[in-house]
Amino acid sequence: MTSRFVMKGMIGFYIFLFFLYLFGPLAVMSVTAFNTPAYPQAIPFESFTLEWFVKLWNHRAMMEGLRNSFIIGLGVVALSVPVGLAAAIIMNQIYHRARGMFYLVTVSPVLTPGVIIGISTVIFWKDVLGATEFTKEYFYKGIILSIFGQSSFVAAYCLLIIMARLQRFDRAQEEAALDLGATNPQVFWHILLPFLKPALISAAVIAFLTSFENYNTTTFAILADKTLVTVLAGEVRQGTTPALSALAVIIIGISLAGAIIYEVMKRREEQAAARLSERARIAERSEIVPAPV
Amino acid sequence: MSAGVELDHITVRFGQFTAVDEATLDIKGGEFFSFLGPSGCGKTTILRTVSGFLDPSQGKVRIGGQDMAGFGPNKRPTALIFQNLALFPLMTVADNITYGLRVRGVDKAERMKKAGELLELIALPGQGQKLVSELSGGQRQRVAIARALAVQPKVLLLDEPLSALDLKLRQHMRNELRAIQKQVGITFIYITHDQGEALTMSDRIAVMSDGVIQQVSDGKTVYDEPDTAFVASFVGENNAFAGTVIKADKSGAVVETAFGRLRGRNPKGLKSGDKAIIFVRPESLKPGKHAADTTLASEVTSVAFEGNVTHVYLKGLGKKEIILTVGRHGGVKIPEQGAKTAIGYDADMGIVLPDGKMARE
Amino acid sequence: MSSRFLVFVIPLVVILVFWLMAKREQGQSHDPTRKGFFERNGTVLGLVFIGLVAFWTLFLVVLPYLYMAVESFHPKLVPAKRGGPEDVLTIAQYKSFFVEPSSGDWNTTHLWAFGYTIVISIIITALNFAISYPLAYYMAQAGTLQKVRLLMLALIVPYWVNEILRAFSLRLLLASKGLINQALMGIGITDGPIDFLGNNTGLFVGLSYAYLLIMVFPLYNAIESLDKNQIEAARDLGAPWWKIHRDVVIPYAKPGIASGCTMVFMLSAGSLAAPQFLGGPRTLWFTSIVYDFFFQAFNWPRGAAYAFILLAACIAFVMLMLRLFKVSLGETIR
Repeated sequence: MTSRFVMKGMIGFYIFLFFLYLFGPLAVMSVTAFNTPAYPQAIPFESFTLEWFVKLWNHRAMMEGLRNSFIIGLGVVALSVPVGLAAAIIMNQIYHRARGMFYLVTVSPVLTPGVIIGISTVIFWKDVLGATEFTKEYFYKGIILSIFGQSSFVAAYCLLIIMARLQRFDRAQEEAALDLGATNPQVFWHILLPFLKPALISAAVIAFLTSFENYNTTTFAILADKTLVTVLAGEVRQGTTPALSALAVIIIGISLAGAIIYEVMKRREEQAAARLSERARIAERSEIVPAPV
Repeated sequence: MSAGVELDHITVRFGQFTAVDEATLDIKGGEFFSFLGPSGCGKTTILRTVSGFLDPSQGKVRIGGQDMAGFGPNKRPTALIFQNLALFPLMTVADNITYGLRVRGVDKAERMKKAGELLELIALPGQGQKLVSELSGGQRQRVAIARALAVQPKVLLLDEPLSALDLKLRQHMRNELRAIQKQVGITFIYITHDQGEALTMSDRIAVMSDGVIQQVSDGKTVYDEPDTAFVASFVGENNAFAGTVIKADKSGAVVETAFGRLRGRNPKGLKSGDKAIIFVRPESLKPGKHAADTTLASEVTSVAFEGNVTHVYLKGLGKKEIILTVGRHGGVKIPEQGAKTAIGYDADMGIVLPDGKMARE
Repeated sequence: MSSRFLVFVIPLVVILVFWLMAKREQGQSHDPTRKGFFERNGTVLGLVFIGLVAFWTLFLVVLPYLYMAVESFHPKLVPAKRGGPEDVLTIAQYKSFFVEPSSGDWNTTHLWAFGYTIVISIIITALNFAISYPLAYYMAQAGTLQKVRLLMLALIVPYWVNEILRAFSLRLLLASKGLINQALMGIGITDGPIDFLGNNTGLFVGLSYAYLLIMVFPLYNAIESLDKNQIEAARDLGAPWWKIHRDVVIPYAKPGIASGCTMVFMLSAGSLAAPQFLGGPRTLWFTSIVYDFFFQAFNWPRGAAYAFILLAACIAFVMLMLRLFKVSLGETIR
């Protein structure tokens, strides 16, 4: 009995240490965002201030980077989610022998270090888009290259997320719709796409967040432009200011809010599903055998 | 509004495997027609060929006299009810029922009107806004039927749709399906491995085994006048005694078996020396030496009272098990376990068929 | 220059080969259930699907890799001379990894940095496995549903704070004026600050910290599907806890372990932020060298060659993990 108690205590202590490791640095950083000294420090806490948030707001490069990060994020979502969807559908239907090769090609970006993806993207598109003056002028841009570079592996994430749900799709649904007279595109829009909707939404959220926080690929692909993360990297390289802590506080706040909203939505959904199946159970029990028609 | 379905030498191969071999059939318009057979006999393959999900390797499917080659499932005048029903879980009941109309471009008001009518037909009035996941098994069943009927098919195809229901509901749904078929008057093609379903609902039954149609008749004929050993052993309980024909004429044959010389009708005209199996239904067997004109010795191994009938299990000469079924009010004395008793049947209750594959050995 | 565009031909040949293979397979098996791709999806949608996937696999994945490979076999030239007579195929860039071209001596700096990067990445991978395994096991097998959900939430929030800011937060702790040195000096353990960043402690902690969750999630997913009864059964048979893990849990969780280890290794070896922001001035991380070839020396071919060497190391590690755990790529990446 005592050994069990000791074991429980040890597990508790371990979990405490784990989360201390995970949250400790973030917590200390958050405190520095509200402390007055120009060198970010948590202790001693001299006096409460919000001036670092104001500094952040007035940081022109960072705001420009933020705008670019949004554009790139949306671009990556717009490219990666349809690509991931198309790839999942093809993966599902492709001939057996080709599947292995196709799989290897599509997941290889997941296993490739981001710097290599960034470098190869720049080297390749510099020559391809640089081939004509027109494309060089209008398309050889950091934002476009970043979308391309990030999408190469984000699309693979989308593929994996969408595939997981597609594999649970009941072919009979598709056949039932066809049998009722639907055309193939109608089956896709009416049956398959609504079924995949939850996976498409998760894929879009993951794609946007992955794009938004990417550094390794973007630092090469962004060329002379900047994103929030590359600006941040420059700032950290130059020195330290509590304005960065202030940014971290905002990001942590948004993540926390997002996670809580997600959790609440999920619980609601589960409750709704439970209500429906409860009604089905009641209907089952009171299945009155109606008079023949 | 109904149309006949003709299968003209249909063969379906999957690689090396032949799922359906030279099936030829003529299903009349307005008929309730069943394919009966164990799983893997090719009945589902035939259904999928008629509905257009499969193209036959050889042969033709004609519906209402028209060759269906090149018509996909969405272009055929058939509607299929799937084994798992395949209702659309994200749509309401009404949207499910009227999906076929939606893809035909029928406007929303018209669709809702039609949904109301069909919900009346399946005794679920006013439940159109529910989701499928709120319904009971029987209700889902009826929604699937309504969804198929909504597109006004000339032929309704049903792929073991009752298999997911419990026994009581299944028996009720048989009557209901039959009633719906009478009311709408279209051709029903029904796939099942349950002989009870096939016998109670169908106008005619095709019994299948290993991709080959064994017999096509009405239920009574299939039961009383089986064409092959497979049909005799698959449809209903049957006692089989294998042996060799030693005497044969138009009216009957005598078969030398391990149980002695047994007599029976000879509809296939077997000749002396042919390998044969003689089949006797459990309800045709009677206990007692003088009960009938053909008898054999046996010993009772167990007696099972089942309410309306009692099954008596016997072993004849230490060999195979024999079942004898006695009805409640037959006035027959039921022998006790362990009793040595002779059992017999009237010769025209035995049927002599050529030796062949049986359903369960 | 035009010779470089030969790489466009390679994927087209591969596609052609696969198309022919598909045709052959289709011809061999007369499977009537097998509908053609366009028959099943409709012509327009089928074309859209194929177009999207072709753009992705060819223009975003295969061609850039191949193009980078070709680039790494070229000399460094000013733009005007590219495609000229001096633009020949050469293995000089790969040679320079081993032998310094200017002096002719062994290129010990880069070789050392490469070896160091690989070895440290392996150590970080093992360390993160050791830290994450108990938590993943606890969440997957021991915790109640409510607790697991809460823990999950707690894990996901720091996951979305980007790498740079996480490195920054560690720097605030580990810098000479940071909280840890303040504490150590306050208690009186040391008189002066310890240079955590200079002695690479910062780098190691930063790498481990950045990719901790990359290890937790695959481990959790793998262990979660293990039937609790199997562990109960082993316990009933009197197996001590470490044997249960060695003989039941770890063999079952192999795909998850392989997945987590592969990802953490790849991310560590390819990490840019941790060595840049938490390394000392003398820290030579391999990716930093590649980075400098692009942004300081402007020697793209040599940078490409080095990037390829790193890629080769990562592929070798993936193969090693798959071999070691006897799992397939499909099981690992899900």
